Amino acid sequence: MTTISPVKTVKESKPKEQNSPKKSVYLTKQLNLWYGDKHALKNIDLDIKEHEVTAIIGPSGCGKSTYIKTLNRMVELVPSVKTSGEILYRERNIFDANYGVEELRTKVGMVFQKPNPFPKSIYDNVAYGPRIHGIKNKKILDEIVEKSLRGAAIWDEVKDRLNENAYSISGGQQQRICIARALAIEPDVILMDEPTSALDPISTLKIEELVQELKKDYSIIIVTHNMQQAARISDKTAFFLNGEVIEYDDTDVIFSNPSDKRTEDYISGRFG
Amino acid sequence: MRYVDHDLVVKRMGGRKIVNYLFKGLFMLATTIALLALAILLYRIVTQGAGNLSWEFLNNFASRFPEKAGIKAALIGSLWLMAVVAPTSIILGVGSAIYLEEYAKKNRMTAFIRTNISNLAGVPSVVFGLLGLTIFVRALSLGNSVLAAGFTMSLLILPVIIVAAQEAIRAVPNELRDASLGMGATKWQTIVRIILPAAIPGILTGSILALSRAIGETAPLIVIGVPVIIQFLPSGVMDTFTALPMQIYDWSSRPQQEFQAVAAAGIIVLMAVLLTMNSIAALIRNKFQKRY
Amino acid sequence: MRPSVQEMIAQSKGKKSKKIIEKIIPILLFLIASVSVLTTIGIVLTLIVETFTFFSRVSFIDFIAGTTWLPFSNKEAQYGILPLIVGTLKITLIAVIVAVPIGIGAAIYLSEYASETVRRIVKPVLEILAGVPTIVYGFFALTFVTPVLQGLFPEIKIFNAISPGIVVGIMIIPMIASLSEDAMSSVPRQIRDGALAMGSTKFEVATKVILPAALSGIVASVVLAVSRAIGETMIVSLAAGSTPRFDGDFTGSIQTMTSYIVQVSKGDAGYGTTIYYSIYAVGFTLFIFTMLMNILATYVSKRFKEEY
Repeated sequence: MTTISPVKTVKESKPKEQNSPKKSVYLTKQLNLWYGDKHALKNIDLDIKEHEVTAIIGPSGCGKSTYIKTLNRMVELVPSVKTSGEILYRERNIFDANYGVEELRTKVGMVFQKPNPFPKSIYDNVAYGPRIHGIKNKKILDEIVEKSLRGAAIWDEVKDRLNENAYSISGGQQQRICIARALAIEPDVILMDEPTSALDPISTLKIEELVQELKKDYSIIIVTHNMQQAARISDKTAFFLNGEVIEYDDTDVIFSNPSDKRTEDYISGRFG
Repeated sequence: MRYVDHDLVVKRMGGRKIVNYLFKGLFMLATTIALLALAILLYRIVTQGAGNLSWEFLNNFASRFPEKAGIKAALIGSLWLMAVVAPTSIILGVGSAIYLEEYAKKNRMTAFIRTNISNLAGVPSVVFGLLGLTIFVRALSLGNSVLAAGFTMSLLILPVIIVAAQEAIRAVPNELRDASLGMGATKWQTIVRIILPAAIPGILTGSILALSRAIGETAPLIVIGVPVIIQFLPSGVMDTFTALPMQIYDWSSRPQQEFQAVAAAGIIVLMAVLLTMNSIAALIRNKFQKRY
Repeated sequence: MRPSVQEMIAQSKGKKSKKIIEKIIPILLFLIASVSVLTTIGIVLTLIVETFTFFSRVSFIDFIAGTTWLPFSNKEAQYGILPLIVGTLKITLIAVIVAVPIGIGAAIYLSEYASETVRRIVKPVLEILAGVPTIVYGFFALTFVTPVLQGLFPEIKIFNAISPGIVVGIMIIPMIASLSEDAMSSVPRQIRDGALAMGSTKFEVATKVILPAALSGIVASVVLAVSRAIGETMIVSLAAGSTPRFDGDFTGSIQTMTSYIVQVSKGDAGYGTTIYYSIYAVGFTLFIFTMLMNILATYVSKRFKEEY
């Protein structure tokens, strides 16, 4: 078992905490998850801090996507999923019977692997979240849409075509619309599940810059299969392998001086 | 030593090619016969009936005299019928499809409902007539009204609409569901705001085709006792009425030769209605090509 | 400064009603979905109950084994259903003879020989054929096919089994063609390419590779088409006549199960008479025939499903 890593993290980030004591946004304790008989996540312990970019890396099938989907309970859409352990979001267990998933997902936005705008206008895409949550005032909606599109660094590109179908723009732009859509309900956390895996290098770069920008206001958890991306944009990195957390530490430590042999093998490209 | 004698293969190839061409011709002939049947059918009906088409024909009621016979009551009656069938069958069909695709758990009950729908699609329409006669006409005492006939027809085309709506809903990518649920939308909000709007072209196309089947069905109407000679228009869903196929059936089965031409004219009207409906369906299908 | 979006969301009303809606909707939709089940139950119950009344007046043995169907007789009505079944089978036989070779031939042509352009034109046209109302086919049988047949074979009467049989065949061609074509097109390209690469002609590929691979789908399509032919009502009502007979003659007037139901419904057999209940007994028999065919089709396509 490699549950020593989180402990070590806490120790190492102590100096930082003295400067600006960062609170935990997600505290995962002994999380296990099964797809039917398949044990997909094993005894996960992770302490994710607010206003940081936390990257989750690992080879495909290691459980990194499953884990991020567990954080907003989207994983439960797969039939026959079972979980044990707890995930505290802002000190409240998200698996509590009286914790509504809708409530949780209103606080925690998500950006998916493939850009998935709705087949509606750009405006309607971004206004979707506020609208379903009961905000109907046209003026306020206009404001929110503009602010969110600016936040996703795509306002200038689409401000004259807000009524066009969201599928009329490029894939990279679509993904930024999806980020704007997530920003529109001003979430606390943004989960990103390999948000650049379907994009070209230039669009990828734009999204990466955007993530750096968003960090100021949001806590970001990003799953990526691209180690360089993790190294470039994240503050902390968790390395997953076969459903376990092998190592979790400051990103520079993981990439320069990993304590586990398997982490070293993975980041040096020996497998995965 | 070689097992395959290539010279022999080449020699025999000619014969094999001839067989190939011969059968290609036969298969082509089969296709042509099918198309020819359609062509003859349409040609016959147009040549027989076109002479009788006129404003009077559309605007007259049925009559004992072929030259005075008109289709007004049947045409309006069919529209009344559709006014009941369309909302009933679409609400029931789309509702069932949403349940099966979005809510139903994978259990025996669901499997049973699915099997039941496909079996229902194979029940002859005349048997639906018997159901309508017993349940709607007699048990619920709706008589041979627009409502009784409309309910019967709705049940008849229900399986078709369910299957079409299921396919349309299934074609909506899961990523869109995830995106909506991921924003904290409830399941029903996701269905109403994302899934149904995306599936509506497919649902409409399937529904219109199903309705065009209902508008041409005759047997259930005969069984539930829809009359033919009617000199007035229905003013509500509880009124008795007649419909296009009923009127055509009546004219076709009369002995006088003149009525056959009247029947053909009626068929042209029926086919024109069907053609319009199918064109609308095709238009919707083309206009809303998948965008995701 | 306006409140934050999260604050506005927290204030927005309707949370409770949202929760109630989420609970009620699935129940409502389940009830809607059960209408189709209720319909089946309704059909079966209706047929059973009314047929039961019928058998309280007519002996079951006389019904299924009797060779005389004379319900309108003033002296002694006889209800032996075999003549009606024979009539139905005559129509079905002719329809199958017409539709199977043409339907499967067209399917092979479309799936194996035709260019993409031809297929894209022919398939929708065949769909039109499938969308023509049966009353129109009936009219066509009575006013065109029968006179043509009479011109060729003068012994054929105005009402006969051949003309409606042929037209029922034409009606089910699109069904066989389209379902068989689907089955053949779903045989993977590689299998076809593999056979062609060894020097087979297209005909050899079609008969030795594709047909065996798609056989279950083709057989299922024929069985479904037979079921349609058995249940077809308007074509036979218009063109086959109304003479129930227990013999092998195709040239004269016959009666099928479906056309008997229509004949009684058209007339004014009073509610409660034996004739009235007889249409349910005949309808039940018809229902059993078509159900068996549908079950057979499902069985064939499931049991002999090819694995690619």
